[in-house]
Amino acid sequence: MKKALSARFFASVVQEQLETSDQWRPTASLAALQRRALLLRTVRQFFDERGFLEVETPVISADTVVDRHIEPFSTGVPAEVGKPPRRMWLQTSPEFAMKRLLAAGAEAIYQIGRVFRLGERGRQHNPEFTMVEWYRRGDDYAQGMSLLAELAEHIFGCGTVERMTYAEAFSCRLGLDPHRAGIAELREAARRRGIAWPESMEESGDRDDWLDLLLTECVQPHLGVGRPTIVYDYPASQCALARVRTDDPPVAERFELFAEGIELANGYHELCDPNELRRRNEQINRRRRADGKDALPERSRLLRAMEAGLPECTGAALGFDRLLMVLCQAATIDEVIAFPFERA
Amino acid sequence: MATYNTSEFRKGLKVQLDGDPYLMIQCDFVKPGKGQALYKCKLKNLIRNTVIDRTYKSGDSIEAADIEEIEAQFLYRQQDQFVFMDTESYEQYELTAEQVDEAWKYLKEGMVCSILLFNNRPIAMTPPNHVVLRVEYCEPGARGNTATNVTKPVRVETGGEFQCPVFVEIGDLIKIDTRTGEYIERVKE
Repeated sequence: MKKALSARFFASVVQEQLETSDQWRPTASLAALQRRALLLRTVRQFFDERGFLEVETPVISADTVVDRHIEPFSTGVPAEVGKPPRRMWLQTSPEFAMKRLLAAGAEAIYQIGRVFRLGERGRQHNPEFTMVEWYRRGDDYAQGMSLLAELAEHIFGCGTVERMTYAEAFSCRLGLDPHRAGIAELREAARRRGIAWPESMEESGDRDDWLDLLLTECVQPHLGVGRPTIVYDYPASQCALARVRTDDPPVAERFELFAEGIELANGYHELCDPNELRRRNEQINRRRRADGKDALPERSRLLRAMEAGLPECTGAALGFDRLLMVLCQAATIDEVIAFPFERA
Repeated sequence: MATYNTSEFRKGLKVQLDGDPYLMIQCDFVKPGKGQALYKCKLKNLIRNTVIDRTYKSGDSIEAADIEEIEAQFLYRQQDQFVFMDTESYEQYELTAEQVDEAWKYLKEGMVCSILLFNNRPIAMTPPNHVVLRVEYCEPGARGNTATNVTKPVRVETGGEFQCPVFVEIGDLIKIDTRTGEYIERVKE
């Protein structure tokens, strides 16, 4: 039976939005905040014991990571009061500054800091969040992955972390090869599983958009269930700042950690070639413009540092709040953050 | 025409798809760290009360719907038309029996209801949460029986029928919760 409830339903939704009287309250319980403090100590201890140096780098910088799908907050900062402002960026990750430290001779460094990503708000996203990021000079791909596995095993107190390639993850869930499947095959896989996709993807979606859709909807929910999983060897088209290994097909030496279907960390066997960085920045900005987004600065002090010589290294960045979510079995990131964006 | 961009998506947004008004009742933001953001929305059709799933990516937009909620007094019923009057502008609106649906059982002359307008046309009506109606007919109940768990059908002045405790008698005033259709209590004159 159809019920004429819409007007009341509508009223209740509006009322919920207007109820702001408790907006001063934290969304996390005190128990969750205690867990947060404890986890911060555990993470620091893990890296300190392994001889890593804790560093702090600027939150506001003239440089920003050039990424197709990450929007930085920007702000106009005058050199002096009264002078015209220049555009500066809140960091989406401390990647650039930390690599400059490596190029200047740092051996093994980690940072626990705040990062900012415009428009990212959901059950697992807050535009301001805490990131743990680390790099170790001389680490190759396998060593970098092992360090992440060791951290996960230490924090979760679990057995050996599961490892699988990006291709294995797709093949086991969808029976397709993510490196070779064309758009038509990827779209058909989504259709067969009843996945809704944005209409705009029909005209403008590229292979990576379709891979992301299938990853988000079909693959990721099963990753790291029961015990954490590291997925590695990403498509070369999703290399970001990782090295690309010239296999057939070529793959990015990039790895990610998942637990209970939640993406926790992303690591690279780091790109050290400044010319390749220049080429990628140009390419990413081309794709950003095609997506209707502003281009981001291609020149940076990281580029200078890489010209001076960035040693071989592997690094990773871990979403601290999400890690806490998994440990607290929280359904939303708000349960582990004192004051999320709307109450900030 | 006004539109909402994905960055403005939130619960409670009133939008228009294929000419129909929808209420966004859920919007989940999902995004791989380095990947494309998706907004997985549940949209409720405000005319048909059906819910659909739509997924959008950053940069997509939806047309805004011109939706307004007004208070209106019920005037009278003429066959399948229910006539209401805006308590502020005195403008009259007609709703069909289909739009009023089950709520006809609560409608008494002069009752102030809430009406949803889409492009200034009424699409749905909600009566007050509680209404008081006079009992027109029921079977006599056993005198002195105050048990509330034994019920009988009772017809009220609007012609609607409700399940009430057996002690309710013809001529009583009874309070009904319109959200559940359940009897709450007898009311003194």
